[in-house]
Amino acid sequence: MTATVSPPTTKGGSGATRAPKRIGFGKSLSSWDLKLSPYLYISPFFILFLIVGLFPIAYTAVISFMDWDLVRNSGTFIGFGQYEYVLSNPKFWIALRNTFSIFLLSTVPQLILAIFIAAMLDQNIRAKTFWRMGVLVPYVMAPVAVALIFSNMFGDKYGIINTLLSNIGIPAIGWHSNAFASHIAIATMVNFRWTGYNALILLAAMQAIPRDYYEAATVDGAGKVRQFFAITVPSLRPTLIFVIITSTIGGLQIFDEPRMYDQYGTGGANYQWLTITLWLYDIGWGEWNFGRAAALAWILFIIILLIGVINLFVTRSLVRDEGSRSSMTRAERRAAARNARRAVAADSAQQARTREEAAR
Amino acid sequence: MKSPAARRIAIVAAAASTSALVLAGCAGGGGTPATQDPNEKITLTVATFNDFGYTQELVDEYTKEHPNVTVELTKAATSNDARANYFQKLGKTGLADIEAIEVDWLPEVMKYADLLQPVPKDLESRWLDWKVEAAKDAEGNLIGYGTDIGPEGICYRSDLFKAAGLPTDRDEVAKLIEGDWAKYFSVGDQYVKATGKAWFDSAGGTYQGMINQVEAAYEDPESGEIIATENPEVKAIYDQVLAASATQSAHLGQWSDDWFAGLTNGAYATMLCPGWMLGVISGNAKDVTTWDVANVFPNGGGNWGGSYLTVPANGKHVAAASELAAWLTAPEQQIKAFVNAGTFPSQNEALTDPTLLDYKNEYFNNAPVGQIFSERATAVTVAPFKGQFYFQINDAMQKALTRVEDGTQNATQSWDQWVSEVNAIK
Repeated sequence: MTATVSPPTTKGGSGATRAPKRIGFGKSLSSWDLKLSPYLYISPFFILFLIVGLFPIAYTAVISFMDWDLVRNSGTFIGFGQYEYVLSNPKFWIALRNTFSIFLLSTVPQLILAIFIAAMLDQNIRAKTFWRMGVLVPYVMAPVAVALIFSNMFGDKYGIINTLLSNIGIPAIGWHSNAFASHIAIATMVNFRWTGYNALILLAAMQAIPRDYYEAATVDGAGKVRQFFAITVPSLRPTLIFVIITSTIGGLQIFDEPRMYDQYGTGGANYQWLTITLWLYDIGWGEWNFGRAAALAWILFIIILLIGVINLFVTRSLVRDEGSRSSMTRAERRAAARNARRAVAADSAQQARTREEAAR
Repeated sequence: MKSPAARRIAIVAAAASTSALVLAGCAGGGGTPATQDPNEKITLTVATFNDFGYTQELVDEYTKEHPNVTVELTKAATSNDARANYFQKLGKTGLADIEAIEVDWLPEVMKYADLLQPVPKDLESRWLDWKVEAAKDAEGNLIGYGTDIGPEGICYRSDLFKAAGLPTDRDEVAKLIEGDWAKYFSVGDQYVKATGKAWFDSAGGTYQGMINQVEAAYEDPESGEIIATENPEVKAIYDQVLAASATQSAHLGQWSDDWFAGLTNGAYATMLCPGWMLGVISGNAKDVTTWDVANVFPNGGGNWGGSYLTVPANGKHVAAASELAAWLTAPEQQIKAFVNAGTFPSQNEALTDPTLLDYKNEYFNNAPVGQIFSERATAVTVAPFKGQFYFQINDAMQKALTRVEDGTQNATQSWDQWVSEVNAIK
């Protein structure tokens, strides 16, 4: 802005009226710069999201109200017909049951195991980096490869697991006929892949816990187990919330593992392991019924949204709890502080008085 | 139907390289169809999947005669990829000038028959009748140039037959099984009594062979209405195959890991065997030396699988593409494709070609598979009608059979569930 200090005089005496204009323009430009550029810098993400995220979601909503013909790219409006069909089809409810069952079977044991592994890795062990990288190896494997290997192991007749079971006298399990058994098998694949990943995230959180806590606890005579439950687990809370949210979203969209679980990829003869995404894929790319697939996609979207909201409420209460680190409200805390100050003041006054008396 | 990639990929089994095959390249389809300028330089694209046996050398023969034409071959890895691509782009832009389709997609393709260029009428006599019938739309236009087929014989394990006291020579086996399905299952009873082991692989695979002999199983060809649940033929086949399956089936669903293991460990003695299945067996049971194939199929003939070439009507060079498609599917070229990739030809003339008839398969104890399957192809009489809901109904039926086989439900429960599922289809 140095140029504006001495206004140009090329246009004679009228320069005096022009100069403030330029100052004003420069100022407003820089204030726009200040106000707008942050939005400008983050805009690529949102513009991209608008194109590849929001538009398809909206378009899916439009198609879900139609009997859509992909090839001719046209459809007839039929209102909520597709939603009615999906919700009244018993397959939907079976798929919903399976999705939640597999989700619970994979998330709960996985998190417990991940915390345990992280706690072990947090100890003083030899070749730390080796073990830490080791737990991540399954995550590096392609999900389809994992599914192929596990599907082979869970073969009904000649799979390794049933062979082992029958060798020790336990009757073979119908991994592909019993719904619960198939959920366990699929959950095993998911756990195999994600436990190490979650363990590393939790390990990072564990290492951020101040070691003084443990020292103090040791001095107080707390054992390892007590330390784990009284110090480690509570300190992990924010990280756990993150891990739970990501595995919820992943769990409700589970696709690769059930799809690769048998040779057809349609969820089993009695839909034992048909998940919502699997059915969605089958309606779309198997039956070419994109109107119906779009309706199911929206139903899944709403389900995930609902679970997300529930998650949010649970998380909020937990996080607030974590932030204040005490059960007092702000008003109570302020009152307590006031009382303490008063007590200190009274105390020192008292002391002064006793000193005076002593001096006399 | 069950059409994983495995099945076509495995066709590549055939390896024989015929050295001196001099062929007079001929334009099969009459005179040159009218392009505005016959010498205009154009590029034609041909999109196939897996392996159709169309090589650059084969195409070079064509371009030598048509110097103005350049041919580009593209290949999708699996038929599933090709299928998704086909239906996404059909009627829009982006498809090749010639697009290959599998017989399994026909019910869907038929809905959009108007988007494809019909095959000239004078070419129709080139193919087997049932191959042509299967690809005709409602107006009677043929919409695909037939490439290969999957005529079915019966594959069997001679060592297991020997152990059961049954004949092992393939001609005697053919005589033994010759007859209807009841005959096939009664020999099965004999085998099961002698060995206590399973006769065939799965109820599903066997059912597929049986239902493909029914002209209108699930839908009325005239009205398109679903008749599956009231069709007595369907119920009879369902009952017959499940009655046999109770004692004779290994209960190994086709293409499952257990089923592949069963190819090697002798879990079943026979299976229905289209030509391309030979490659699947020899590729997955390399150490077994006793697989053989008999020139017989219960109740006449049967076909499983096969493909067509189609010409999208909105392509840039429809006339030139039609000409190329006609040339590629001419008997002479199809024989070469058979030599290249083992795709069994669907043309009448090719079935009597000495190259084909002399073709033997070493793995199957030098069985004259060319001759066997060419006879199996001519034994096929029925082109089953497959309407737009064929696959949904058939898929539900396969699941129903599996439910009974794996013990989840009994035959009546499973049938009832199938009926309610079919009724929900719309």
